[in-house]
Amino acid sequence: MKRGITILAVVTSILLCVALYLALAQPDWPFGTPTERTMGYVQRIFYYHVPSAWTAFLLFFVNLGASIVYLVRRSEKADIVALVSAEVGVVFCTVVLVTGPIWAKPVWGIWWDADDIRLQSTLVMWLVYVSYLILRRLSTSSVTAVIAAVVSILGALLVPFVFFSIWFYRTQHPSPVIAHGGSLDPRMAVVLLVNWAAFLSLAGLVCWTRYRLEVAKREVDETQALESLMETSR
Amino acid sequence: MSFFSIARATLEKDIRLEWRSKDAINAMLYFALLVVVIFSHSFDPTAEESRRIAGGLVWVAFLFAAVVALNQTWARELRNQVLDAYRVSPAPATPLFLAKSLGNFLFVVALEALMTPLFIVFYNLRAVGPAWQLIPIAVFGTWAIVVNGTFFAAISVRTRNREIMLPLLLFPFSIPAMMGVVNATSAVLTGEYSARVWIAMLLAYDVVFTVAGLYLFESILDAE
Repeated sequence: MKRGITILAVVTSILLCVALYLALAQPDWPFGTPTERTMGYVQRIFYYHVPSAWTAFLLFFVNLGASIVYLVRRSEKADIVALVSAEVGVVFCTVVLVTGPIWAKPVWGIWWDADDIRLQSTLVMWLVYVSYLILRRLSTSSVTAVIAAVVSILGALLVPFVFFSIWFYRTQHPSPVIAHGGSLDPRMAVVLLVNWAAFLSLAGLVCWTRYRLEVAKREVDETQALESLMETSR
Repeated sequence: MSFFSIARATLEKDIRLEWRSKDAINAMLYFALLVVVIFSHSFDPTAEESRRIAGGLVWVAFLFAAVVALNQTWARELRNQVLDAYRVSPAPATPLFLAKSLGNFLFVVALEALMTPLFIVFYNLRAVGPAWQLIPIAVFGTWAIVVNGTFFAAISVRTRNREIMLPLLLFPFSIPAMMGVVNATSAVLTGEYSARVWIAMLLAYDVVFTVAGLYLFESILDAE
């Protein structure tokens, strides 16, 4: 178990170094990455922005799955997985929301495009999951797992409405013309995937460590509760 | 007892309690009035502008005011361990949730009926689009706020700082519903575009979250 974490930590560090090099390397460096023609260097923030978003959504998906498993089977492990994935997911989601405006300002000329469906829906999901974490923190410990699982499921039901309302709002109101899409240079795609692998590995490492920490914390809490119970019964 | 008799008994009890004490409705009314006054002092719009922003102002005021009533809905049952008694009784949980939602719906609709004339006076409003559409908008929009609010209030009573927890949960979940109801109201007031799609979205939102609430409420009530 402990050895596994060490191996994963080493792999993550190597992947992160390689990913950082590739994301920043000039075209004429060995294994260099081409610079985007119109956006220039600022496009390189995409190698952090996009993998963070994918990782965050994956973790939120894990959170939903774990919550459903918890409600069906009432297994404590599923509850810990739900907690851990939500915490780490919020961190990655924060990275998305911070890097997005940094990229948007030089490219679109504005920090925040209120009509951008991805940015806005990411913000709403971030708000939902921050509320979820506050709820976990504030609820009395005996009911935390159940109510958190229920809120997570409701959060998943909210996603289509968030997407639809922002999308439909945009169709009604004139919005700044922003070029989306365009094909990605295959070398850029490779860098993107390497970065995603690195971020996934990092997320896995943090989740695993946090999982073990939470297991240990619950064991300690349980032991303390048992001890105080024995004290009073004596 | 059947589903509907339990729901009716709970609803009647809530209405009778509210009729005698008028705790929730008075607090909501005064709160909404304060919001209206503060808004009208913060902005000084022309008639054209106020038509555009009134939808947002009205519904933000209603959402904030609804929280006042929603916070009391379950807290009231904690006194004298009414909720615990309900939990040990053989009655199913879903009619309780439905009755509580309906009760809150009636209170918030009463608030809206009393506050809307005030908004019309303060902002000099007149609907350019089809005004009858405001009725389904108000019904579906209010139900969207109230059904989630009742559910999250039941969650909030299980936490410390329960008065704070309710808006923290309700507001993010209400964002699509608020977008729907505000844009639909603005559509009717300005007459610039059709409110139909927004009304349909609100209806879908109501159906999804009512079914989910009914389905999941038992696990909230019985959580140990």
